[in-house]
Parts: sequence; C-alpha cells; structure tokens
Amino acid sequence: MIDKRVATVEEAVAGIRDGATILIGGFGDTGTPFELIHAVLDTGARDLTIVSNNAGNGYVGIAALLEADRVRRVVCSYPRSSDCVVIDRKFREGKVEIELVPQGTLVERMRCAGAGLYGFYTRTAAGTPLVDGKEERIIDGVECVLEKPLRGDVALIKATCADRWGNLVYSKTARNFGPIMATAADLTVVQVSRVVGLGELDPELIGTPGIFVDRIVEVGGAS
Amino acid sequence: MKHLALRTGITPLSRQQIAARAARDVPDGSFVNLGIGMPTLIADHMTAGKEVIYHSENGMLGMGPAPAPGEEDENLVNAGKQFVTLVRGGCYFDSAQSFMMMRGGHLDMVFLGAFQVSETGDLANWVTDDRNTLPSVGGAMDLAVGCRDIRVLMEQVTRDGKPRVLRRCTYPLTAKRAVKRIYTDLAVIDVTESGLVVREMVEGLDFDRLQELTEAPLCLHGNWSLLA
Repeated sequence: MIDKRVATVEEAVAGIRDGATILIGGFGDTGTPFELIHAVLDTGARDLTIVSNNAGNGYVGIAALLEADRVRRVVCSYPRSSDCVVIDRKFREGKVEIELVPQGTLVERMRCAGAGLYGFYTRTAAGTPLVDGKEERIIDGVECVLEKPLRGDVALIKATCADRWGNLVYSKTARNFGPIMATAADLTVVQVSRVVGLGELDPELIGTPGIFVDRIVEVGGAS
Repeated sequence: MKHLALRTGITPLSRQQIAARAARDVPDGSFVNLGIGMPTLIADHMTAGKEVIYHSENGMLGMGPAPAPGEEDENLVNAGKQFVTLVRGGCYFDSAQSFMMMRGGHLDMVFLGAFQVSETGDLANWVTDDRNTLPSVGGAMDLAVGCRDIRVLMEQVTRDGKPRVLRRCTYPLTAKRAVKRIYTDLAVIDVTESGLVVREMVEGLDFDRLQELTEAPLCLHGNWSLLA
C-alpha cells in the first residue's frame, strides 16, 4: 500500500542535512510553503542552498532562514520585493551569495533535471553579464548560451489538495513553480490544505502526478 | 520634464497618456504581456470591444482587473504580486509553460518599461549602475528575447535631464536588438534597420529640440503626426 501522508511538518522535513540544496515553490507569498520552511528552520539545518523565485519578504519563510544564518547561497530570479530587508542586509554583509538566474531559465533548468536532460541552449541572457563564463554558441544564426540542469536534494511545495498516493491539485497562480520543482528533487515534500480519499481528485485536473511526490502533510489554512 | 514645459510651453504626456497612446496600437485579438510599472496602465486604456488577452508570467492567460475590496484571493496575483482577477475564458498554468509562451514567441506583443534603449533596439531595463539595489531580473530577459514585437514605454529623459534613448546603453543589457517601438512623453519612435525614426511628436515640440534630448541620431518620418 502506498501512503505518503505524514502527521506533522516535523516528520515532513525530517532528514534534511546541512549543506542541502532546497527548491522552494512560490511566487512572492503565493504558493509559498511557509509551514514547511519554518519546520526546516526548526531542524537547525544550516549551510543551505535555497532555490526559489524570490528570496523572502518580511521576516517569514525564506527570510526567516536567512535571518537565522542558515543559508549560504540563494539561487533566484528576483530577490527584490516590497519588504526584502533580510536578504538585502545579509547580501551586503557578505553572509549570503546570490546566483541571479532569469526566471524562465531558472524553471527550465529544474525542468531539465526532472526530465533527465543535461542542459539546453537559450537566447535568454545571451550577451548580458548574467551569463559571463557560460558556453556560448551560435545556432541558426542566433546567439545562445548553454544552461545546465538544476537539481535539489529536497523540494518544498504547497498545493491545495492531495490524496495518499501524492497526486496534487493546485489553486490558481499558486501553482507556479510547484509542478516543475516536484520533479527535480530527490525528496519532494508537499504541504496541502486538505488530503482527500483516493479517487476523489478529478484525474483530469491533477497538476502533479503522485509519482513525483514523497511526503504529504496537511496543514491548516483556507487555501 | 517640468523644466521643459516651463521653458517652451510644451506639455509632455503624463504616464497615463503614454499608456493610452500605446493601447491604441494593440490589435483586437492580441495576446499581450504588460511589464511592471507604466505598461500595466495600458489595460486601463484599452478600447472597449477589443478582445485583448493579458498574459502574466506567474501563470495566467486572461488576467483581469483588480478585485473589488474584500474579494481578494491570496492565490490569484499578477507578476507584481498584486491581487487580480481572471476573465471568463482565462486559464492557469505552471511557470515552465508560462515561460514557454514568452521565450517561444507565442505572445503577439510585449510592452516593457526601460531605463535605456539604444539606436539598434538594445534594451536595458533590469539593473542600473546603482550598487545599492539588490540585483533582480525576474522574467525581463525571457520576455525580451521571445516576442518579435517588443515595445517600450518610458520618459524621453531621466529625472535629471539625461537622455534615455542612446547610441549604446550604458547600463547592463537585458537583450540586444529587441525593441521595435518607443513611446515616450514627447514622441513615438520606431527602431528600424536604418536607425531611429520619429513617427509622432507632442504639439509645439520641434524636431531639433527632440534631437537635443536624445543621444542617438533621429530621423523625422515624412508623414509624422501629432502625439496626443
């Protein structure tokens, strides 16, 4: 029998090691698995590499990890936000390194990792300072740059509903990076608002098939 | 641009007016992405009856206006992380599919804000030389390479009066040879194979004055018209 449910967020993030690379879903606050991130904080794991579109807002989520000096490196597309005080300060103090990746390249590098591909050529960022040192190549007359896959040890994702097989349904724009990150990590952990019985999710609407998911935890909340 | 108005009696367009001018160029039935800042105002000026579908990089086609107070949905935001709605017929998708639409050239038009544009259409809109801001790029570079019809909305000069339309951008590039048309508070300028061509100017502005405010050489279209 397959049952990916765990009872608590502590169990959900158990085993995350120092130095781990963690993919974290979300676009701003939308789709961000705050409860899982805070559970990682409680494990004491440090020297982490965080891969996420943003780099935290206020003092919660990724910002809380940064504030506690648990993060060595952030791979993201847009660390600036309305209240990005923590990443701003930690970056200036030299406590955290930022690898800035264009958003489409960021998600595609993870898609490659999940799809068993070893890279792709893209026009995005060719000829700009963001690709300094990367292999460039002219393809059909177009200047392109080689981008390599980006894999995580762990992915932390938020969805709306799941069943015990790990099938996921997302809500609206909270979907964002979830379906891609779920495929690109050795351990994919998902927080959901509700776990339903097998067969209750409409198979036509499943955003992530359960094969990509390892652990499911139900957390309170409206979404 | 107040100084210009005082000295010459010329009234530059407001940000709303620049957006309204750009909105007039969007054909019925277009799939469009509006960048953060002035471009987002374009939607407010779209002619009723035109069916224009707005793409949002965080995973939505058919983005609608802001919800009524109290109707906000924490799972429904735009690229600027503001609450929005979905129009009838709209849909959601993941980030990989969203950027496929952008990079893959599936959008008809993209309107972006910019710090600088060069005479060959090079675009600088993601970072200045200000070392005090966190470097952030988001989807700017992906948007700027995929679509064949990229247009920029910006003021003709910076707050301290320096030209933004340059021979070469001095800020780090977002993309090379990307921009097709520039809408400013003074003019509408096309980027062509033979250089920058002024299509429209605000009333009272003469071409020589516009050239003084522009580092790159301009050429006035034989059939230019008033920008209003």
